[in-house]
This record gives sequence, structure tokens and C-alpha cells, in this order.
Amino acid sequence: MWNYEKRLQYPVKISQPNPKLAQVIISQFGGPDGELSASMRYLSQRYTMPYAECKALLTDIGTEELAHFEMIGAIVYQLTRNLSIDEIKEAGFDKYYVDHTTALWPQAAGGIPFNACQFQSKGDAITDLCENLAAEQKARTTYDNILRLVKDQEVCDPIRFLRQREVVHFQRFGEALRIVQERLNCKNFYAFNPEFDKEKKES
Amino acid sequence: MSERKALLNRLNETSFAVDEAVLFLDTHPCDKEALCYYKECAAMREEALKEYEKNIGPMQRNYIEVCDVWNWVNDPWPWEKGGNC
Repeated sequence: MWNYEKRLQYPVKISQPNPKLAQVIISQFGGPDGELSASMRYLSQRYTMPYAECKALLTDIGTEELAHFEMIGAIVYQLTRNLSIDEIKEAGFDKYYVDHTTALWPQAAGGIPFNACQFQSKGDAITDLCENLAAEQKARTTYDNILRLVKDQEVCDPIRFLRQREVVHFQRFGEALRIVQERLNCKNFYAFNPEFDKEKKES
Repeated sequence: MSERKALLNRLNETSFAVDEAVLFLDTHPCDKEALCYYKECAAMREEALKEYEKNIGPMQRNYIEVCDVWNWVNDPWPWEKGGNC
């Protein structure tokens, strides 16, 4: 169950529309390393995760990613407010506009639609946590790439916040991986899969 | 700074402290210092939430003070102009 709070996790207040930038930042809405992928990845993986700490972490980070999805939505929305047809054409925003007007639709910057193939839910604690560590780094790289393209401080500010969260989540997933490894056979972490091979005793 | 902005800032800051404490505690559930920190932050957030809802408007739909109109629908929503300040 979830509860909605009528606020963003971190404020987004952009005065200057910039549809060119919106087309880049939308990648973190529905792109391969975006916030929707992140949330669906963690909230899907948690069901079969065998360790309590890791179930909690996947639930809580998966929930925070939904709040980040909302923040990116707010950034893209505010960057595409009150546009004239000429501004839309000049910025090359016409290809997005023709299908979605200025509504939010989860896609990558290159126009590829959101797809569950962008993430894995593999049913193996070590595999999934390694996937999550990589995912946090990929998202951090994407935010670094965005920051190189952005000059507007009102846009940089929430993007920097989101970038920082990737770093913190990476740290927490690293601790989760360590918790899992401590409960497995230290001579062979892969001796059995704690999410599936229930009949074998953990060492 | 408007009253709304000040109360929202306070709520965002204390909520963020809680968010951070929660993730840390998920992987360090026996850390006494972190448990105390969580308790402290959660109490501050609770207070900030109550202050905001008393003075500005509803933040969560299950704590709405019912009057003549259903003010949960009122603008601005968080992604809109004025929704963050």
C-alpha cells in the first residue's frame, strides 16, 4: 500500500521553458536508466528476496524512485509550459509534440518507449543486487551527462539532488550485497540460490 | 519567504532526514545512534506535517480536516507553478 503526499521530495521551480532540454531530461522519466525503470526494478525484485533487510531496502528505495519519477515529470512539464508552435518547431520538439502534445509520456531521449526489458528481476539475490549497483551507477552517469548539457541553475539544482541520491542508493545496495554474502557460504557464494534452492541449508 | 514556503521547506527537510535514516537503518537495523536519529527526525517531521496541514492545506488525503468543500483538490499540485514554494 502507498500513501501520496502532495509535495515533491525536493522542489522543482523552473521559470524558463526549454523544450530542447526537456527532450534530453525525459530519458530519466522513461529511458533505460530512468526513474520508472528503477522503481519497477526494485518493487518487482522484492517479492522473492529472501532477507528482511534487503526486502525493506528494495521497498524503500523503490518507493523513493517513484518520488524521483514525479520530480523528473515536474522538470519536463515546467520546461514545456506555454510553448508557441514556432518554439516547438525551432527546438525540434515537433516530433514529440505530434504524438503527445505537451503531455508526459515515458520514453528515452532518442524516442524509444519505456519497456520492461530495460531492467531485470532475476530471482537471485546476488544477481539482482549487482544489477541494482550497476543501475545506480548508470543513472548517475546519465545525470552527469545531463549536467554537462544544462546551464540553467534552476534545472541543475534538482538534477544534482537526484544525482546525489544515486550515489547514496549505490552505497546502500553495496551494504545489502554484503549482508547477503555474509549469510552464504564464504567459500562459494554461488553454491545455491537462496531465492530458490530452499531445501539446502545456509552455511 | 512566504509562510507556505517556510512550512513546506521545513517539511521537506525533516522528511528528507527521515528518508535517509530509513535507508541507513534498513542495512544497519541495530545501529543505536541511527535509531535515535530516526526517532528525533520522525518527531520533527510529524510536527512540520501538522503545522503545514493546519496552516496551508492537506498534505495526505487521510488527514483532511473536513469543512464545506473538499480542499484536497485545490491547486497548486506539486508539479505546478507555486506548488513548491
